[in-house]
Amino acid sequence: MLESIKQYLSSNVTPGEAGSMFWATIYVLLITIGVSVAVLAMTWLERKILAHMQIRLGPMRVGPHGLLQPFADALKLLMKEDVIPEGGDKIVFRLAPVIVMMAAFTVFIVVPFGRTAAATDMNIGILFMLGVSSLSVLGIITGGWASNSHYPLMGALRSGAQMVSYEVAMGLAIVSAVLMTSLATGTGTLSMIGIVESQAAQHTWFVFKMFPLGLIAFAVFAIAMIAETNRAPFDLPEAESELVAGFMTEYSGFRWSLFFLAEYTAMLAVSCIAVTLWLGGWLRPFPTWLSGPAWDLAFSLVPGLTFLGLGAMCFVGTVRMPKILQLRAQTIGLAVFGAILFATGLLLFVPGVRERSQDVFWFIAKVAVFQYFYIWYRATFPRYRFDQLMKVGWKVLLPVSLGVLIVTAIVGVRQELWAALSGVTR
Amino acid sequence: MSNGDNRPDLLDLDTKQETFLDTTEMVLNMGPQHPSTHGVLRVILKLDGEKVLGTECIIGYLHRGVEKIAENRTYTMFNPYVDRMDYVAAVSNGLGYCEAVEKLLAVEAPPRAQYIRVIMTELCRIASHQVWLGTHALDIGALTPVFYAFRDREEILKIFEKYCGARLTTHAFRIGGCIYETYEGFEQDVKNFCTKFLPKLDEYEELLTTNRIWVGRTKGVGILNAEDCIALGVTGPVLRASGVEWDLRKKQPYECYKNFQFDIPTGVNGDTYDRYLVRIQEMRQAVRILQQAIESIPAGPIMAKVPKIIKPAPGEVYHSIEAPKGELGYYIVSDGSTQPYRVRVRPPSFVNLQSLDKMVRGMLVADVVAVIGTLDIVLGEVDR
Repeated sequence: MLESIKQYLSSNVTPGEAGSMFWATIYVLLITIGVSVAVLAMTWLERKILAHMQIRLGPMRVGPHGLLQPFADALKLLMKEDVIPEGGDKIVFRLAPVIVMMAAFTVFIVVPFGRTAAATDMNIGILFMLGVSSLSVLGIITGGWASNSHYPLMGALRSGAQMVSYEVAMGLAIVSAVLMTSLATGTGTLSMIGIVESQAAQHTWFVFKMFPLGLIAFAVFAIAMIAETNRAPFDLPEAESELVAGFMTEYSGFRWSLFFLAEYTAMLAVSCIAVTLWLGGWLRPFPTWLSGPAWDLAFSLVPGLTFLGLGAMCFVGTVRMPKILQLRAQTIGLAVFGAILFATGLLLFVPGVRERSQDVFWFIAKVAVFQYFYIWYRATFPRYRFDQLMKVGWKVLLPVSLGVLIVTAIVGVRQELWAALSGVTR
Repeated sequence: MSNGDNRPDLLDLDTKQETFLDTTEMVLNMGPQHPSTHGVLRVILKLDGEKVLGTECIIGYLHRGVEKIAENRTYTMFNPYVDRMDYVAAVSNGLGYCEAVEKLLAVEAPPRAQYIRVIMTELCRIASHQVWLGTHALDIGALTPVFYAFRDREEILKIFEKYCGARLTTHAFRIGGCIYETYEGFEQDVKNFCTKFLPKLDEYEELLTTNRIWVGRTKGVGILNAEDCIALGVTGPVLRASGVEWDLRKKQPYECYKNFQFDIPTGVNGDTYDRYLVRIQEMRQAVRILQQAIESIPAGPIMAKVPKIIKPAPGEVYHSIEAPKGELGYYIVSDGSTQPYRVRVRPPSFVNLQSLDKMVRGMLVADVVAVIGTLDIVLGEVDR
């Protein structure tokens, strides 16, 4: 048993490739728990970051600096009454959040957190991600419909129109990235791991490839993914000032929290796609500029140092806590949290762990940057109107992504031809 | 007033058969409990998809019978009630009422009182516009300006609090002058506020004025031309944004406004964006007035000679002032007793709200929210 575990851990394959049901189950569990924890952390971070951008403190009461707020929220939502509107379609009403939730979580099967840290590597990975993530619109439309109410219906219709129209631009942007995978090797790939390895082989992230084509495609995707996940400034389906809460208006308690969870999971999922396709997935930054064993070592220390830094922040917070009796528990809690982060940081320096945690760390760090941008947009931008949203989708993003796709194809073919011809002449 | 239950003109749906699928118009009941109707306004929207075919405002959810209460109170006792009408600009309400009664009594507040009144009402104008800016931006989806605006409004509220003890329903004026002499350091506080506030105003503008989404959401939305404004009796920044240079502070100067240099900002297109710019400019002009007033505030008494029991001669008076939201008028009929025979308030929000239907017909649902925000209504004043 132990031997087989050791053997697997030292091998270089994903559970899917190894055909091991046991490891696949463990990975799926890990991903599910990890994503759920990430969503909890995301809700806390969003509230804190948004609050600090808006010159307020955000949650401060439940736990030190509101660290336990997500748990308190979850508990509150679980205990709330579960209302199903009269005259609504009860079965569909119950089913809708489950569809959205499943669609959001299933996507993570193919996300490569590292070379081996993916549940499986499908040869149609990116198609699978796109396909499954667009299923969530079904849940939103049925949820809005089954509520038997005006606001949810309008929210659902908006959402449907929005997701369908932005998926087109998103798909085209993705195709232009997929085209780039075929450049060095001559054979393109749709596999998520394959795409990252292709970036490693070409010694560049696709966002910098064929400057500025990769950048434009990435920008189109980055805009479309915000619309796809119904976030500000494209949060029309749940525009609180117009449609109260959009398609979620009639939902309450646990079902509402499923929608909420799905929204954040979808945010993580599309960020994962963007990171994989354009930002080199698990690859560390500056692979060519700062290459060599010394730099490799330096970059491998970053994960540990990051956690040490976070721990240090907690310790500073502990020292700055007011020294009063009511806050003693919170102070201790913050110190313990800091100690956990510190210990994690130290653990990440241990040689065996250091190598294996690298990939996952860089991947998550890149995704985290996207999440920060999501929050930043929300604090900065007003909301688009429905017709403007459609205009941006169809009249700006779609032509741009189509143009980028064509130009990428032409430039790529020219490069290939050039390579082939120069090979002939040689 | 009917209660809005029998409205055949709007609630009868026409079934259209223009497409091969049957489509019907939808009636959406927005409010009274809705996040962006600024209180308890109820708007019935007749929609074709997202397009607004018609609207109807149902008001009265916040009706407290202020005008009727006046008939059972003495002139002095009624004074605090007016602060509860437009509760984000309570000082202006009080000013309008006190001046109307003063007109009836034919007394005039002493110069120092007039200066204090101007300073307080201009501070109040800024505070009111800040509330408008924050909630308007929030309606259009910008979450942050509301916090910035309220942070700076806090400075004004602190001055109010130090002056008269209240922060919201500020009762600062009395018939014939002011209740209180200014506190120690009042002038310095106002000066500090003026110097600190202008950069803050730039900060708001940085977030919104050139923001593409903001411009897209406000430009060309809810256009109201000058003729329509005048026909509907719309006043205040909404009227000025349509290009009509009408400001009672200049055109019918009251208090000591004729002593101050200031401009009347006007717009061109009469759309939501122009109304935004006009209000922002008005805040700058208010700071200008404040700076002049605080420099030249005279010494002297703060109360005119007014009898203890106010008993105006029989007669009637109409007096209006330029409140932050428009022309705030008081029509008072006296029968010679200690209590007014009738008080009729002309609230700017109530009159301006009439233009909602004209502005949003043919627009989208999201524009209704933007237009309600840009009209800057306070339901306490609409319903009274």
